[in-house]
Amino acid sequence: MLLIPCPICGIRPEAEFTYAGEAHIARPAEPASLDDHAWGEFLYARTNPKGDHAERWRHTHGCGRFFNAVRNTHTDRFITSYLAGTARPHGTPSAASPDAPAMRNDTEQWGQA
Amino acid sequence: MSLRFSFDGRSYLGEPGDTLASALLANGVRLLGRSFKYHRPRGLLAAGSEEPNALVEVDRGYGARTPNLRATQVEVYDGLVARSQNRFPSLGFDLQAVNDLAAPLLSAGFYYKTFMAPRGAWAKLYEPLIRRAAGLGRAPDVADPDHYASRYAHCDVLVIGSGPAGLAAAVAASAGGARVILCDEQPRFGGSLLADRSARIDGLAAPDWVAAQVGVLASRPEVTLLTRTTAFGWYPDNMVGLAQRLTDHLPEPDPTLPRERLWQVRAKQVVIAAGAIERPLVFPGNDRPGVMLADAARTFAVRYNAAPGQRAVIATTSDTAYRAALDLQACGVEVALIADARLRADGPLPAAARAAGIRVETGMRVLATRGRRGIRVAIMGRIDLDGRVRNREWVRCSLLGMSGGWTPSLHLFSQSRGELRFDPASETFLPGASAAAERSAGSCRGVHGLDDALADGAMAGSAAAHDSGFDAALPAPCHVEGAAQAGWTSPVPARRKQRRAFVDFQNDVTSKDLLLATQEGFHSIEHVKRYTTTGMATDQGKTSNMNALSIVAAELGRPVPAVGLTTFRPPYTPVTFGTLAGYSRGVLFDPVRTTPVHGWAAAHKAVFEDVGLWKRARYFPRGDEDMHQAVARECRTVRSAVGLFDASTLGKIEIIGADAAEFMNRMYVNAWTKLAPGRCRYGLMLGENGFLMDDGVAGRLAPDRFHVTTTTGGAPRVLAQMEDYLQTEWPELQVWLTSVTEQWAVLAVQGPRARDVLAPLVDGMDIEAAAMPHMSVAVGSIVGVPMRLFRVSFTGELGFEVNVPAGHAQAVWEAVHARVEALGGCVYGTEAMHVLRAEKGYIIVGQESDGTATLGDLGLGWAIAKAKRDFVGKRSLDRADMTAVGRRQLVGLLTADPACVLDEGAQLTEAAAAPVGTRSLGHVTSSYGEATLGHSIALAMLADGRARLGETVYAQRPEGAMPVRVVDPVFLDPKGVRLNA
Repeated sequence: MLLIPCPICGIRPEAEFTYAGEAHIARPAEPASLDDHAWGEFLYARTNPKGDHAERWRHTHGCGRFFNAVRNTHTDRFITSYLAGTARPHGTPSAASPDAPAMRNDTEQWGQA
Repeated sequence: MSLRFSFDGRSYLGEPGDTLASALLANGVRLLGRSFKYHRPRGLLAAGSEEPNALVEVDRGYGARTPNLRATQVEVYDGLVARSQNRFPSLGFDLQAVNDLAAPLLSAGFYYKTFMAPRGAWAKLYEPLIRRAAGLGRAPDVADPDHYASRYAHCDVLVIGSGPAGLAAAVAASAGGARVILCDEQPRFGGSLLADRSARIDGLAAPDWVAAQVGVLASRPEVTLLTRTTAFGWYPDNMVGLAQRLTDHLPEPDPTLPRERLWQVRAKQVVIAAGAIERPLVFPGNDRPGVMLADAARTFAVRYNAAPGQRAVIATTSDTAYRAALDLQACGVEVALIADARLRADGPLPAAARAAGIRVETGMRVLATRGRRGIRVAIMGRIDLDGRVRNREWVRCSLLGMSGGWTPSLHLFSQSRGELRFDPASETFLPGASAAAERSAGSCRGVHGLDDALADGAMAGSAAAHDSGFDAALPAPCHVEGAAQAGWTSPVPARRKQRRAFVDFQNDVTSKDLLLATQEGFHSIEHVKRYTTTGMATDQGKTSNMNALSIVAAELGRPVPAVGLTTFRPPYTPVTFGTLAGYSRGVLFDPVRTTPVHGWAAAHKAVFEDVGLWKRARYFPRGDEDMHQAVARECRTVRSAVGLFDASTLGKIEIIGADAAEFMNRMYVNAWTKLAPGRCRYGLMLGENGFLMDDGVAGRLAPDRFHVTTTTGGAPRVLAQMEDYLQTEWPELQVWLTSVTEQWAVLAVQGPRARDVLAPLVDGMDIEAAAMPHMSVAVGSIVGVPMRLFRVSFTGELGFEVNVPAGHAQAVWEAVHARVEALGGCVYGTEAMHVLRAEKGYIIVGQESDGTATLGDLGLGWAIAKAKRDFVGKRSLDRADMTAVGRRQLVGLLTADPACVLDEGAQLTEAAAAPVGTRSLGHVTSSYGEATLGHSIALAMLADGRARLGETVYAQRPEGAMPVRVVDPVFLDPKGVRLNA
């Protein structure tokens, strides 16, 4: 059973938490202004990297708060966690970094070459 | 004191400390089982938990019968009853031993190749036959009468294994006060030291030194000592599963004691001291009873005083077997020959063996064995470079001790995701880089000599204590004398061209099977494993995996690491379901939620159904009514008089704050701003994908306060979705959410006389239609109890839902029930509730809808406040698919035969005939027999259903298609006259 660092309660066992998908995907302020493709991307497209992944968890059987965490999807290790609404801490490699390439960004970066 | 036990109905005597294996061996019993596939006679191969052959069942006599226990782990107690397995009619004479003559037909992949046709025969014919013929023990046929315990534990250092390395680690780790747990699968601590007759450690004989160390550990208050406890699995973040056997060794256990206990240990640091397992040699006839691992033979003789034979041949590719030969000789076994397949054997142990007068031959191997139910002759010989046999020699013996070197036990290390490293010198895998907070010590990482293992263990223990934050001075090294100094030498590969020789004893996989698999193109060890089943038995290949790997690698001409190693998975040895289930059985299997009226309902003969974790009263039969009769009566009573229903399981959320209405606007499709306090609205909630997620009535109690209800099963999901948006998307909103499901009990009073029931009870409140129209809410009291009264209906009748604090619910219920009875009404259950709502065309989320139904599909598009700028799911409603032609829409169905009740889930088709490939137009979602309308009714989701009103489609049934007329889903009172009464 994983140990998960809740930014409010500290390290607690996995059974107290609920996974809530990829982090930092803000709901568009004006959904009506998005075309079908852009709205579909918001709803369904996720990076799914092998490596560090910023994701949302909820400490359901604890403080009840949603928070963000960076977890390595390959090693299943938590690197850090931080409050919802705050930026991903500096020093944690982002999903787009060379360490953990994300498919979508790969296409954007290398598609022209 | 001798212990009397029985095996296959015969009575024997054993000694305290015996295992079933050692006691049978001491009684001269060598035939202990029949093999899995060929029913070959088998005896003991090993002395520990790796034993593949000697699987027995133990019968406690009260239904507690356990199959597939390893005889090497079954402790003998007075009255033990054990039986062999997989034989008919008896162990000595097994009819299915003819399988062995048919061996050429039963090669690798036999099942896949032979039982191909005809299709369908597999499940009916082949599989039952094969299962009866092959296989292990019989599964128990009654519920497990024993009970089991479980607990969590935290410690600084967990030490797994109590051989020299583990004991030294535990002593060193606990010296500075760290919380240490030491576990070992055996009944006593000490591991290999319990079978060491020559070594002296710090001046003590090995078993005495063990006792002294255990005494030291027992005196330290922070140390937990667990014998008979197997560390079976490694889980993330250093959680290790331990299975502790508590009563299986006791002659008459206290029935209040749990049989086994599961420990889930969270350890800051782990020291793995799991030891090593000796590797068998692969030669024809290597499975005959009397052929066993050399060190197992030594252990039986030294530790259990059980002679494994009178005259022994030792066949080896390493030095440790010389120690076995010397110890066996010292215990009175005649050692006729040590045949070392290596060309040279010059270490101290071979020298000692020669000095002891034992005949040692190098370059010599076992060619074959002879003997009907046990070995009588070993045929030995030398093989020169061109494959010719020279010096063939028949050696009479009753024991053949074999040793192909040692395989470090990497199971837990590998499960902890540590990297394995191949050591070509020893042809073994060893622990490489760690991934978890653990370290291996002793022979499980290739450190074999006694003094080296002790030092390695002490170092690992003190380092583990240091890393978990404790003072950890390395203890002074032990002084070791007389220990066997075994060289670690390269195993000699098996001969390639040879007759059938067993590699996996438990699954009857031979070297020929492995060669066949490689010839047929299986080049990955994982594929070879699945094709031949090598390593897939209950022993998970502890004695076979490395031999199988060597054979496959040699055949493919590739290095061992390139062929790869199969994955180690938990459990290390089989764990009972009882241990894993622990307390979670019977009423403790899952939490049970009951309403405050549950006791009353039970006392009034309610039949309950499970709804999520809730127990809900389904119907209240009177006299000898069956369910249909009771439900029909309850429905008629509600329609004609009044009914009382326990709706307490409804999810309830209180939404409070200055922005409560704005929050409601964003979460629900409806418009809430203009809803006046005292009024209710039927709220519909979508997922962001635009599909219906939940529904329920919400009442506005005050400008800043809503009382929201959800479906019974949807309550946690709805609250989580609300919390998610509130916390992460709109944290600026001044809103607080509180689950009040358990705080409010809900009594639904429904029917034309509902107002008459409540009027005298509500302490002077005006509940006439003018003051309380349909969809209103008021705060007041009922028989002196605070109340929130909703005028709502899920039946189509005039209805109220009385919300009272749960603690007062029973008193209020009884007062209301007395009035209901007095006015000719009755209580009704969930089944009548379902029928009544279906007659009115009200949906149930999750029954009419699935995750792909829109409000438009369900005929609920009217509820959407289209003028709102945004709400959850709104943008998705504009996607083309959401309004496409051909979507399935909610309709009612009337069967041509009014007595016919369709199956829920029945498919709807255009024509009566529906050959394979016919397109389904939709399916029946709800279906009920006649209750109050004179005919059965059904609801369905039908493609373009609203355009098909009046048409006939066909509902498919096993007994033939039923024509059904498509009608409006509202069967009763479409104008709502009754509702608004």
